[in-house]
Amino acid sequence: MTAHAPTADAHAHAEHHDLGFVRTYLFSTDHKMIGKQFLFMSLFMMIIGGGLALMIRWQLAWPETQIPLTRWIPEPMMYDGFMPPEFYNAAVTMHATIMVFFVVMPLLVGCFGNFLIPLMIGAGDMAFPMLNMLSFWVSVPAGIMMVGSFWVEGGAAAAGWTGYAPLSTVPEYTGVDMGQNLWALSLIVLGTSSLMGAVNYITTIINMRAPGMTWFRMPLVIWSLFITAILLLLALPVLTAGLGLMLFDRMAGTSFFLPSGGGEPLLWQHIFWFFGHPEVYIMILPAMGIASEIMPVFARKPIFGYHAMVFSIISIAFLSWIVWGHHMFQSGMNFTLGTSFMITTMVIAVPSAIKTFNWLGTLWGGSIHFKVPMLWALGFIATFVVGGLSGIYMANTPIDIFIHDTYFIVAHIHYVLFGGSIFAMFGAVTFWFPKMFGRMMNPAMGQIHFWGTFIFYNIGFFPMHIIGVGGHMRRIYNPTQYEFLAPMQDWNIFITRGVLIMGLFQIVFAINLFYSIFFGKKAGRNPWQSNTLEWECPSPPGHGNFETPVTVHRGPYEYSSPEVEEDFLPQTRDLAGATGGSH
Amino acid sequence: MLNWWLPENVSTYGADIDGLFHLVYWITMATWVLVQVTMIVFLVMYRNRPGRRATYTHGNNGLEIMWTIIPALIVVWLGFRSVETWNKIKIDLPKSDHVIEVTAKQFNWEMLYPGPDGEFETDDDKMIENDLRVPVNTPIILNLKSTDVIHSFFVPQLRLKQDVMPGRTIKSWFEATKAGTYEIPCAELCGFGHSGMLGYLTVLEQADYDAWQAEQWPAEQDQALAPENDDVNPEGGRIG
Repeated sequence: MTAHAPTADAHAHAEHHDLGFVRTYLFSTDHKMIGKQFLFMSLFMMIIGGGLALMIRWQLAWPETQIPLTRWIPEPMMYDGFMPPEFYNAAVTMHATIMVFFVVMPLLVGCFGNFLIPLMIGAGDMAFPMLNMLSFWVSVPAGIMMVGSFWVEGGAAAAGWTGYAPLSTVPEYTGVDMGQNLWALSLIVLGTSSLMGAVNYITTIINMRAPGMTWFRMPLVIWSLFITAILLLLALPVLTAGLGLMLFDRMAGTSFFLPSGGGEPLLWQHIFWFFGHPEVYIMILPAMGIASEIMPVFARKPIFGYHAMVFSIISIAFLSWIVWGHHMFQSGMNFTLGTSFMITTMVIAVPSAIKTFNWLGTLWGGSIHFKVPMLWALGFIATFVVGGLSGIYMANTPIDIFIHDTYFIVAHIHYVLFGGSIFAMFGAVTFWFPKMFGRMMNPAMGQIHFWGTFIFYNIGFFPMHIIGVGGHMRRIYNPTQYEFLAPMQDWNIFITRGVLIMGLFQIVFAINLFYSIFFGKKAGRNPWQSNTLEWECPSPPGHGNFETPVTVHRGPYEYSSPEVEEDFLPQTRDLAGATGGSH
Repeated sequence: MLNWWLPENVSTYGADIDGLFHLVYWITMATWVLVQVTMIVFLVMYRNRPGRRATYTHGNNGLEIMWTIIPALIVVWLGFRSVETWNKIKIDLPKSDHVIEVTAKQFNWEMLYPGPDGEFETDDDKMIENDLRVPVNTPIILNLKSTDVIHSFFVPQLRLKQDVMPGRTIKSWFEATKAGTYEIPCAELCGFGHSGMLGYLTVLEQADYDAWQAEQWPAEQDQALAPENDDVNPEGGRIG
């Protein structure tokens, strides 16, 4: 690596593509490489988060039996493959924390935000390439701190990913000391990384759009990433402040959340969920954008209700600031306030409904090609609808009395975050893979991966609604300790089998990904015959993206337009006389 | 055997919650079927066939207005429809002579009974761990407290759940309609012993309840001679 460094210096001004290994693959300022770095980091973290999930499921199905393939995990985490309750709580906490902060967010926002924004608005790179590089490299120590916390004395954080005080703020209550501190520090550092990304995205989208790329000619995925970046910018400092207070309580003897010192445990919940609910939409808006991008391409039809789609994104973002209390109906928060939050939460279902109906409208009258990315987009809608509808049960304060803190919530969050965000992520990877790596993914393996994941996902997660309605609490170590849960234990086994098989199908994805990077069929510039700007570039695009400056003449979804013979009409194509203007 | 549905309901307000649950169930189920069937029909009807070009349309404002207003009306109606039940369960506590103080701590429920005088902080108060005994068909008020972390008092068959917060006393109530013994799990992660933090609610017929009370609080002179009655019995709290 050192041998390449002088070369990079010597040619830095002359040749863009001769940067040497370190500047090209490690400390790259190219938004496309940074996107790929986020992709691989998140997929690696997904293996850890997913492994924890499988261990949790094994414990719930066959409590206190030896978990296969885990005998290597040292004491005091696991005891020869047997999981103690302390580690179960840490596993539950770390599974959720890793999946939310180190998988879904970096995948949708870090990877696809970086990769797509400059390409789809016709820019050469981000507004602040160096800040962008820093954004990735700041997230790496955050990840090391988070995963490394398993090995410190007392183990990893075990107070739940929501870190409710005072369980999280007094070490004696969990027996976790340094692990919880590292958890908070890691999220503070990661928050800095996200902030740098958010500032960059907002600036880039406002300032660097190609001539003719008006706001209402922007692809919906760019709209969703733009709004997501604003949510990140405003929500993350709130979490950082809360985590700072948590660290003060733990390390400096303050009592922000401790009633014995005049503090208030509920304050943590208000802070956490004031961040946490926008956070939920940070994780789903880009997924909605991705689905909105894929569907018109494979239905060969303009998106139905483009403006309604944009305004529903904006209204979701606005409403997401006034619904946080729905996580706290049973917390002891003023009960009258519960009613206000119920109404706002009910209302936020409306923009999601609008989006769903518009997706259906996009299918209507289309000419639908069932390629792998389209299957994921359709799978996204099918499961997101379930997650959206189950949200209505929780929004309803009296029903929430019963289902709060049960598996119904677990089912809901996985329908939204796995069936929603992760399905969309798979759609995005399969759709933009040719642009990222210059090759096509293997469609047969893609089909196997989709159908295996979709079917066993539903087998694994849908019954969680049923046991939740039966009263099965979340975050319990051993369901067989409860008599009233005895009839549901068969479901626990059923769920675990489904999830294990779904896990196995992810191996197909991993093989397909790495095989296709090196040996996939070479992709042309525009393998899906798509309209948006990124398909004007070579696959993969070089440094600076566009060989010649682009001018945008129309919106992104002009499929099957009567103006041209073929069924797509790229944004850049100048139909002489028809649309000559470039503003 | 696979258990499909809500647990048996044994509280006066449980039916209201179950009624709302069923209402939301039918609304969401109808929506789900509508969306999925529409999607599948469209996928079959409009699958790619050679020679057919997709319809070129950017949308329809009438439809947009329709599918904005109809869902909005349904969810807002549903919200207001639920307020009464919520108030009944959480805000408008009934009058009751039966007040029990429940203190959660890692990892037990301590039930403090005021004794025959009905007053707390008097000599006849009695704490029994994990054993909550109440008469049937009588409103019971609970004063929920915690000495350490947040717990959550949950009786599935009562449809009652209420987080318990250190530093506060949260009032809650129920009226059980059927005698029997029900589990009181903790529903909020509270530490390594969270799973298995379990109390029991025993709902007694009035006569049985009176007998139990007489057994717990014998005539005054006996009680003075029998201080061991205050002992904690982890096996379920029955003393004597």
